[in-house]
Amino acid sequence: MKKFLKTLTAVTLPLMMIGGTAHAAGGETKPLKHPHFAFEGVTGSYDQDALQRGFQVYREVCAACHSLNYVAFRHLGDPGGPYYMDECPVGVPEGVDCSNPNNNPVIKALAAEYMVEDGPDDAGDMFMRPGLPSDYFPSPFANPQQAMAANGGSMPPDMSLIAKARHHGPQYVYSLLLGYEEPPATITVPAGTHYNVYYPGDTTSLLKDEYLDEEGQPLDSVEVPYGGAFKMAAPLRDGMISYADGSDETVEQYSYDVASFLMWAAEPKMEQRKQMGMVVFIYLFILALIVYFSYKQLWKNVKDTD
Amino acid sequence: MSSTTDAPGAVEGQEEPSRRDFIHLLAGGAAAAAGIGIAIPLIHQMNPDASVRALATKEVDIGAVEVGSGIKVMWQGKPVFIRHRTEREIEEARAVPLTALKDPIARNENLGGSPEATDDNRVSSAEWMVVLGVCTHLGCVPLGTDEGDNKGDYNGWFCPCHGSHYDTSGRIRKGPAPQNLDVPPYTFLTDTTIRIG
Amino acid sequence: MSHESTYVPNSGFERWLDKRLPLIRFGDDFMGFPTPKNLNYWYTFGGILTLCLMIQIITGVILAMHYTAHEDYAFWSVEHIMRDVNFGHIIRYAHSNGASMFFIAVYMHMFRGLYYGSYKEPREVIWILGVVIFLLMMGTAFMGYVLPWGQMSFWGATVITSLFGAIPVVGESIKTLLWGGYSVDNPTLNRFYALHYLLPFLIAGVVVLHIWALHVPGNTNPTGVEIKNVKKDTVPFHPYYTVKDGFAVVLFLMLFAAFLFFMPNSLGHPDNYIEANPLVTPAHIVPEWYFLPFYAMLRAITFDVFFITSKLGGVLVMFGSIIILFVLPWLDRSKVRSMRYRPWAKMWFFIFVVNAIFLGWLGGKPAEQPYILLAQIGTLYYFAYFLVILPVLSIVETPKPLPKSISEDVLAKKKARMKKPAAELSGGIAQPAE
Repeated sequence: MKKFLKTLTAVTLPLMMIGGTAHAAGGETKPLKHPHFAFEGVTGSYDQDALQRGFQVYREVCAACHSLNYVAFRHLGDPGGPYYMDECPVGVPEGVDCSNPNNNPVIKALAAEYMVEDGPDDAGDMFMRPGLPSDYFPSPFANPQQAMAANGGSMPPDMSLIAKARHHGPQYVYSLLLGYEEPPATITVPAGTHYNVYYPGDTTSLLKDEYLDEEGQPLDSVEVPYGGAFKMAAPLRDGMISYADGSDETVEQYSYDVASFLMWAAEPKMEQRKQMGMVVFIYLFILALIVYFSYKQLWKNVKDTD
Repeated sequence: MSSTTDAPGAVEGQEEPSRRDFIHLLAGGAAAAAGIGIAIPLIHQMNPDASVRALATKEVDIGAVEVGSGIKVMWQGKPVFIRHRTEREIEEARAVPLTALKDPIARNENLGGSPEATDDNRVSSAEWMVVLGVCTHLGCVPLGTDEGDNKGDYNGWFCPCHGSHYDTSGRIRKGPAPQNLDVPPYTFLTDTTIRIG
Repeated sequence: MSHESTYVPNSGFERWLDKRLPLIRFGDDFMGFPTPKNLNYWYTFGGILTLCLMIQIITGVILAMHYTAHEDYAFWSVEHIMRDVNFGHIIRYAHSNGASMFFIAVYMHMFRGLYYGSYKEPREVIWILGVVIFLLMMGTAFMGYVLPWGQMSFWGATVITSLFGAIPVVGESIKTLLWGGYSVDNPTLNRFYALHYLLPFLIAGVVVLHIWALHVPGNTNPTGVEIKNVKKDTVPFHPYYTVKDGFAVVLFLMLFAAFLFFMPNSLGHPDNYIEANPLVTPAHIVPEWYFLPFYAMLRAITFDVFFITSKLGGVLVMFGSIIILFVLPWLDRSKVRSMRYRPWAKMWFFIFVVNAIFLGWLGGKPAEQPYILLAQIGTLYYFAYFLVILPVLSIVETPKPLPKSISEDVLAKKKARMKKPAAELSGGIAQPAE
């Protein structure tokens, strides 16, 4: 076993070392900011207050352009979700199980604030009705073409999976929202776009002519700036959203909360997965010990000699 | 390749005391328990998923249903019969003695426990009979809701698959079905609107 | 070493069944198969791979119950599995990470075969069947990766199927045939789904042949010396190796669990969480990690050779890198199986392993200098190892003396161990106190 492990380590160590850098290639952006998120690590779980605030940010700001197609209202009341509750609040009739998101009064009220299309009715017409917990978040645009037309030709991506669809998703979302800066003097930012140090674009093409040589390559003396020209304008301003729980009403706090919420939206079952993993690991560890002793006991009797 | 066909390497002291075997039994048992533990999620995944379990209600406008006729609506993937009963049909249903019933339980999800299958226990408002259109025998959809359907011997519903006859209260009277037609959970939102589920 | 049956039916029913369908006799002989008693942990990957195949088939059949193979619903149905199906997220992560575990184990198994000369006479057929399994695995994994219909699925499918376009004359027709259209589209997704469901059962079939072929000459062992005396050199497979393999399986499952429960997306690519979009290609198209060495060799060919364009050349080199494994038994003519006794071959072998990992690293890098040049050097070494180094070594190398038998080797090891017990205790897993 010892020798086996030694050889294995010798062979896989370089693999692990290069594994860390395998995904590093990409657009030259400023290294991402990395706040401590509650859900990180082996035992990390979602901070429900942050999720609720993050949902508020999504709802009041992001939802104007970004859909949340894979999330239903009822998901918000699942264990680990922003509005999950063990026990019903006062006023709910007895015998109702509010841990079931379909009975959760907050979810029901929230869903009813949205109008969703249903139908066809008996006359064959589609009609609007208040949402139910089983409904999905309605998209702000009817179709991709409408979304593109309303946003200068580019489609605001769906937010349901964005935290998994980008490298280091939560950090990326957090950094991007805080990454709007005055563009450096060396580049021209095209109209309708906004300079962001974390946006994976290529600023080489934005360099002003005086910084390019005859072949259109950047001069050696010029440093190509981080980031790129981003179609989305800075969406958040200090104080634009009122938090009921007294948390800071700053862009940092908003960004942190919405990044947390989007991670939950992308991976709503993370808590159950980690909990299950803990149990599995403890069991496997005990099993490994038992089987190891069984193996040693058995092989002790194998004759080494003639 | 070898010329010898002896049994492979023998073991010293084959008949060890059971204390020695304990670790092997434990290992086998722990592995088997792990197997069972893994089997649970693999089987449970076939149960209805969260989107199926999600609250599904249906609001139905019954204002246009004439006395003596009925409609079928879909709820949770199953047909629900809503019948606007005539006075005579209500009388018929009320007149049936409990002893004549094959299934004496009301089968009404709106009532707790298992009350007797009187007509009163089967309806919220005597005019309106609301039942799941699923024969309790093997799940066919009984006839009798639409005009001109065979309503069976008891003027209610008739299941063509295996000949079960239901009365005007949706109770099984003749044929192989074991139970009365189920009454789904529903409430009257207004006089002409009900919500099923 | 197909051994004679030692099964004796005990009960009347067993005697009755034995005359009609000797199932118990088969199982008994199978489990009691004489196995060299000096197999080390590198030999446990066969058992681990059997488990991997079972995990993939079981989780795969379950996913198929919830998955929809349609361009409009595929991505959606995977999210439905992740969010709503009971334990769906665990089962789906088990399947996607299970594929990676499968390839980790198969590469270990192949490196072990290369090191201990498991491909040599009389085991050529076992080796060839193994390469067939590897090819089928690659096909299955590739098609499975397309099914979630994310950006990497779509563009991976486009790039890999386009390789066939490099074949002269018929290339374009083959591409259209594979696609069932003029691009990767709904028909492609549907056929990949059907084949992805079919191929694992073919793999299982070839695995049966692989094990059957193994049970004719019997296992190799780290000494490479054939069994001289069954009684002295071997133990029955069960319980000795079932328990040893079982222990290795538990350790392997811990590795699997670490990925499955705590970093399930670390081996995948974020772009696959974006639904397929035929209008936008991701910035860096990278295959799954287990294909990266081959991908590096594909991209290493950037030059034309006579009438062979660089595109066709890359395809030929990539497929050639696997095809060459089929003829390996006839390239390495050394009579000594185990590289334990071949000092030169051993050195070149370790360079080969490092080179393979290096190629994998290059496969994940953008196609630009200096990576292309490095990949060309790596590719050259890959082929040189099989075509030059091994054939030449078979002639020029002087092997170390071989032990007379397996039991003699085991005995010598034990004596050496008794001489320096301190070294034994210094690291690794300590022996249980007796």
